[in-house]
Amino acid sequence: MPRTHITTVINGDETEFLTEDGTSLLNALRDEVGLTGAKEGCGTGDCGACSILVDDRVTCSCLMFAPEADGTTILTVEGLADSGDLHPLQQCFLEGAALQCGICTPGFLMAAKALLDKNPDPTETEIRYALAGNLCRCTGYDKIIRAVQEAALEMRGK
Amino acid sequence: MAVTEENPGYKWVGTRPIRPDGLEKVTGKARFGADLVLPGMLYGKVVRSPHAHARILSIDTSAAESMEGVKAVITGDDFPDLAANGAHPSDVDVANNTIARDKVLYEGHVVAAVAAITREQAEAAAKAVEVTYEVLPHVLTVDEAMADDAPLLHEGMITKGVDPAPEEPSNIASKILHERGDLEQGFGEADAVVEREFTTKPVHQGYIEPHAAVADSNSDGRANIWCSSQGHFQMRAYTATVLGVSPGTLKVTAAEIGGGFGGKTVIYLEPLAVRPSQRAGRPVKLVMDRDEVFRATGPTSGTRIKVKMGVSKDGKITAAEVWMAYEAGAFAGSPVGAAGMTAIACYDIPNFVVEGYDVVCNKPRVAAYRAPGAPMAAFAVESVLDELARNIEMYAIDIRLANAAVEGTQAAYGPKFPRIGFVETLEAIKDHPNYTTELGPNQGRGVAAGFWFNAGMMSSATVHVNENGTATVVTGSPDIGGSRQSMALMAAEELGIPYESIKPVVADTETVGFNDVTGGSRVTLATGAAVVDACRLIVEDLRARAAKTWDVELDQVEWVDGQAQHVEGAQPPLSLNDLAAKSGRTGGPISANASLNSRGVGAGFSTQLCDVEVDPETGVTRIVRYLTAQDAGRAISPDYVEGQMQGGVVQGIGWALNEEYIHDTEGVMENPSFLDYRMPVASDLPMIDCSIVEVPNPAHPYGVRGVGEVGIVPPMAAVGNAIHDAVNVRMTELPMSPVKVLEALNAHDE
Repeated sequence: MPRTHITTVINGDETEFLTEDGTSLLNALRDEVGLTGAKEGCGTGDCGACSILVDDRVTCSCLMFAPEADGTTILTVEGLADSGDLHPLQQCFLEGAALQCGICTPGFLMAAKALLDKNPDPTETEIRYALAGNLCRCTGYDKIIRAVQEAALEMRGK
Repeated sequence: MAVTEENPGYKWVGTRPIRPDGLEKVTGKARFGADLVLPGMLYGKVVRSPHAHARILSIDTSAAESMEGVKAVITGDDFPDLAANGAHPSDVDVANNTIARDKVLYEGHVVAAVAAITREQAEAAAKAVEVTYEVLPHVLTVDEAMADDAPLLHEGMITKGVDPAPEEPSNIASKILHERGDLEQGFGEADAVVEREFTTKPVHQGYIEPHAAVADSNSDGRANIWCSSQGHFQMRAYTATVLGVSPGTLKVTAAEIGGGFGGKTVIYLEPLAVRPSQRAGRPVKLVMDRDEVFRATGPTSGTRIKVKMGVSKDGKITAAEVWMAYEAGAFAGSPVGAAGMTAIACYDIPNFVVEGYDVVCNKPRVAAYRAPGAPMAAFAVESVLDELARNIEMYAIDIRLANAAVEGTQAAYGPKFPRIGFVETLEAIKDHPNYTTELGPNQGRGVAAGFWFNAGMMSSATVHVNENGTATVVTGSPDIGGSRQSMALMAAEELGIPYESIKPVVADTETVGFNDVTGGSRVTLATGAAVVDACRLIVEDLRARAAKTWDVELDQVEWVDGQAQHVEGAQPPLSLNDLAAKSGRTGGPISANASLNSRGVGAGFSTQLCDVEVDPETGVTRIVRYLTAQDAGRAISPDYVEGQMQGGVVQGIGWALNEEYIHDTEGVMENPSFLDYRMPVASDLPMIDCSIVEVPNPAHPYGVRGVGEVGIVPPMAAVGNAIHDAVNVRMTELPMSPVKVLEALNAHDE
């Protein structure tokens, strides 16, 4: 089957890969690029475990065809820390025990980053609605919401 | 935090450091089931039945086998016929659920599997496998399955637990019965009696990570398996059974696990990856999609439960009669046994009969789900108790206090309770500000309680002291919710070295002794006890080495704050670091193993207080505030104890308000996606307030009881009781969806 050549910037690095037209961006990232941080929980855009930022917009990578990524700038959870320094969201998730099994965590971190980039001082309700596309079955969301509140506070203080 | 016993000055136990495996999990490095890629790896795909009940007439794999990239196609005939070999019936069921032989028993039942070079080739080949079925009549509920003329799933199923045994087969796998006292006399003494019937639907564990396995077989018959499971030793045993090989030929490595809640204590994929890998001589990866997870794994039982209870004017329960039928799905083994033992375990009741039936039907085989069987029974019993309290004008908490099981109470299922903390959880609710917060219009408050045994079972641990005085703690219990942290906290406490100096590891089946599954709320209890035992052996060894170094008797050396001290101060202390550095001159490497069959579980109790607001126009129920009080025994890791409490509550809220399996009349699941099987999301919920009660379990070195499961037992009744308080309708069917609440409101108005 013919494969399409895709050029993107992923986590700051120019990245090229080959993909079939019907392949999801999620599968291309995981199988072709080797970035397995984004997870498939449903494949239908309902759980948010595959959330990444495409041109700064939070996106379910399972719902996007890989060829659509050509020319875009992508951030995945692997690119969230800055040369080893954790993003405040990552640090607050750790300190606040905002993960149990951890499978949904990459998606929550990316969705929360998209929120805080646009709205540095969200209310609890705004956080809950911004993260309503991400399913977590372990935590009941309590500690996740608190971690995002903490990170927002810390980021505003900088 | 409600603490009922003094914390005896622990340095690490009870603190909230960052979990040892956290960094990998916030940076995307942690490798879960689907993340492993091996050189030359093939992709597998499973072929599933479209019918709820059918005989397999033929399977033609020739077209699939000739397709591009296809390396192996397997069917039930590629596995040993365990029934013909006289294997134990439960092993036969495991094998037949993994891949059907003669009949398919539910929509989604596996009939074949393929392996090909690419994912797309495997999917195309799976579609090309031609299966001819003779469709059979099916039964979907306990009522249909228990009907006199019901079609049978298993022609030879004779109900167990009935004396004399029935002569005719049926869909009833077994009956359970617990009774005490005189029911008639008990109801005669009652001033108020309430009788209600309840129904609940199957619900799924809903872990976000679908099942995944990679198998790499060698030509000598040995195989390596990487899979996401709650117990890789259990996966090894089941897989060996289905393949007909010795467990020692299989090495199973636990991937990080993306949730399980009981649903990953059983096998689905592992043998279906090993067999094609043997055929192709290459590794094979199998990953389910969400649709397959819903159709063919989990769920827990749908049920019908009848409860009749009586109380005297002073609130004493005089009698309880419980009848329950639990769907097992396609093979015997619903959790009705545990349901029967837990249903009234919170209370001291003189006269009762609890009768239960395990009923097979044409739905996926049920799997354990957090306190298996208990939540549905508690929904029924706690709803009736709420109504009784109203009838005699007693507060919901007070009627529970009046009947609460305490130390010495003989549990309905037999044994006498040792020290338990149920009363303390009830009091923690009363002491919390939520208990007296004023309610608004259309708002109501509900209370419910729950009991779960907590499991003990077998665990092993190995502790190595490294040459710089740090330590590696090796267990075989997959870490599903922060258990590495509790292992490290207990090891730090025992060895007297910093938490950060401990590296907890989950090892494969060849690297550490046997461990039972991560389930039954047992890891911090039982595996934790093995870690404590191993650490104590290390400390004994270190004291002996110090004694030898100082040329004194062993009793002259004590271990304090991570160092050997001479009792009279006659020698400068030797730290773990000093002793580790000298290990080559004092007896060699410092290492210890401990294995145990848990010495004593600690029963878990939870009481919960729920405030809801019901919209009388739409029937929508919103959770306004929620409080859960649970006896942890000792919260080794309070962050993750709260996490278990909150997570259990929210799963219960989903069960109460939204979640259900919906099948069409042909037995095909109609909502196998997260869009249509709606689990709670962040915007559905408030914060979940926690009150950790600590009444130590006398049988554990730190008092641990286990906290994973009991939190899901009370929520359905707590929500239902709150709805009743808000709008005066008694909900007896789960889920209490807007449609059902609206129907109840309309019926109430008429």
